[in-house]
Amino acid sequence: MSFFARFAQNRGALVGLIILLMIIAMAILAPLLFPESPWRMVQRPFLPPMSQDGFPLGTDTMGRNVAAGLMHGAWVSLLIGLVSTSVALLIGVPLGAIAGYYGGLIDDILMRFTEFFQTIPNFALAIVLVAIMQPSVTSIVLAIALVSWPPVARLVRAEFMSLRHREYVEAARLVGQTNSTIILRQILPNTLSPIIVLASLMVATAILLESSLSFLGLGDPNVMSWGYMIGAARTVIRQAWWLSFFPGVAILLTVLALNLVGEGLDDALNPKLSRER
Amino acid sequence: MLYARLIIMRLFKAVIVLFLIVILNFLLIQLAPGDPAAILAGEAGAADQEFLNQLRERFGLDQPMYVQLWRYVSGIAMLDFGYSYRLGVPVFDLIMARLPATLLLTGTAFLISLVLGIIAGSMAAARVKKPSGSIIMALALVFYATPLFWVALMSVLVFSVYLDWLPAYGFYTVGAGYTGFALILDVAKHLILPATTLALFFMAIYTRMTRTSMLDAAQQDYVKTARAKGLKPGIIQRRHVLRNALLPIITLAGLQAGQMVGGAILTETVFAWPGIGRLMFEALQQRDYNLLLGIFFFSAALVIVFNIITDLVYRLADPRIKGAS
Repeated sequence: MSFFARFAQNRGALVGLIILLMIIAMAILAPLLFPESPWRMVQRPFLPPMSQDGFPLGTDTMGRNVAAGLMHGAWVSLLIGLVSTSVALLIGVPLGAIAGYYGGLIDDILMRFTEFFQTIPNFALAIVLVAIMQPSVTSIVLAIALVSWPPVARLVRAEFMSLRHREYVEAARLVGQTNSTIILRQILPNTLSPIIVLASLMVATAILLESSLSFLGLGDPNVMSWGYMIGAARTVIRQAWWLSFFPGVAILLTVLALNLVGEGLDDALNPKLSRER
Repeated sequence: MLYARLIIMRLFKAVIVLFLIVILNFLLIQLAPGDPAAILAGEAGAADQEFLNQLRERFGLDQPMYVQLWRYVSGIAMLDFGYSYRLGVPVFDLIMARLPATLLLTGTAFLISLVLGIIAGSMAAARVKKPSGSIIMALALVFYATPLFWVALMSVLVFSVYLDWLPAYGFYTVGAGYTGFALILDVAKHLILPATTLALFFMAIYTRMTRTSMLDAAQQDYVKTARAKGLKPGIIQRRHVLRNALLPIITLAGLQAGQMVGGAILTETVFAWPGIGRLMFEALQQRDYNLLLGIFFFSAALVIVFNIITDLVYRLADPRIKGAS
């Protein structure tokens, strides 16, 4: 069976993929459909949804177009989710690979380090980091990456430990390949599928984290994000439910879609394991 | 005796971790933008050099770095977390005043999520190939993907604004003058919405964990034996499968419980619940870095305490483990 056929056997994964493609389309179309900055005041404030042409989701407390904010926010969420996950992989994969491949003292030290980061409450650390580095896309990406790499390191370490004594690794060692070649060319390619599955789930968690940070007022002040929209509407929930409702649905759908896609990838990449569950 | 040794070992490890967090905190203070003294004076609108120097001296900011580090570490060892730059009150006092509310909220949410999660998870495990089992798991996935702060806001909208069943904000009804049982009831009413919204996300995690763990346990030989003996499926599920599936759940639940402190920051912000999470939000709004780092330290300490407790519970629940590690 082809990769996509195995992926598509999981109905949920297909639904997730469709939702995800729609959100990516939203992000790409945002500058075309709403070329003006989503921060511009374009109508009177507190316009309810569907009450005026061009403002299907109404306007916010400052008279900004909610639909425009929602579309531009898709871009930010996806960008921060992807980049911060990549940075987390750049930290976690080498650490886990070295710990798992060499074992012994190096493994001990690296794993203590990882445990230390796992003990610290993720969200509180992310808040402190962004507050101190000042809110910006860069600081948010760094903070999210710094709190989410430990599971990657642990996963990669476990994979390396189970693979390092396989015959093909011993053979590579016998023909005189260096350690770095064995790590990069022999073992790492065989650990890719669980890493890909984990990464897709991490993008989802990163998007949740980003929205929580910007909800608390720690978003980049120059970019419109879903979390910011909800945070700004928090105090007017009685007067204007739509201001917090729609961005929340957007976050929910994106995170849900990524989780479903992650499960589908798991089915497609590890066919033996997933059928039993 | 074994337990005593175990506790000492765990406490020793906890002290090392907390020490590392203190050093991390100190480094973060150095990275914080601007001189705290300048920030304070800037707010007061009197930024002349002499006043700044006075403030610097008061906070020990004129000393060399290693002296500052020593002062900071030894201060925290004696529970001196310095002053909140904005409020002029010791950080430790502020946190202690807010801690009980957070413990009440996270404790309640933990119990709700664990109990409901285990029930939902075992129901899903018993209905593996049926639609009802899939519906439970789909719901768990939706709760898992829902932003905490958004559920909190929506529940205010539904249960406080439209239905007017429950209070939306605060810890108790201010000015009602309740005492005794009436006060407890009043606080409980205020607790329902924050605790359930905080619990939803963790309930989703525990549901998934319980289901996986139950399905693993159901593969064991003793379950086959029980089935061969002709025991009823319900009894096998409860007595043989669930009991053994609970052990890994306890461990994972303890690890997850730490993240509840993080979730509390969001729920407390929405519900104006007077705990350390709300305090963190206030510190954030005023860029009160010293207070922020003090709360960060305490949230990490709470996680460690939570982990030690689960570790002990786990060892009590499973007599096979004899405090070896």
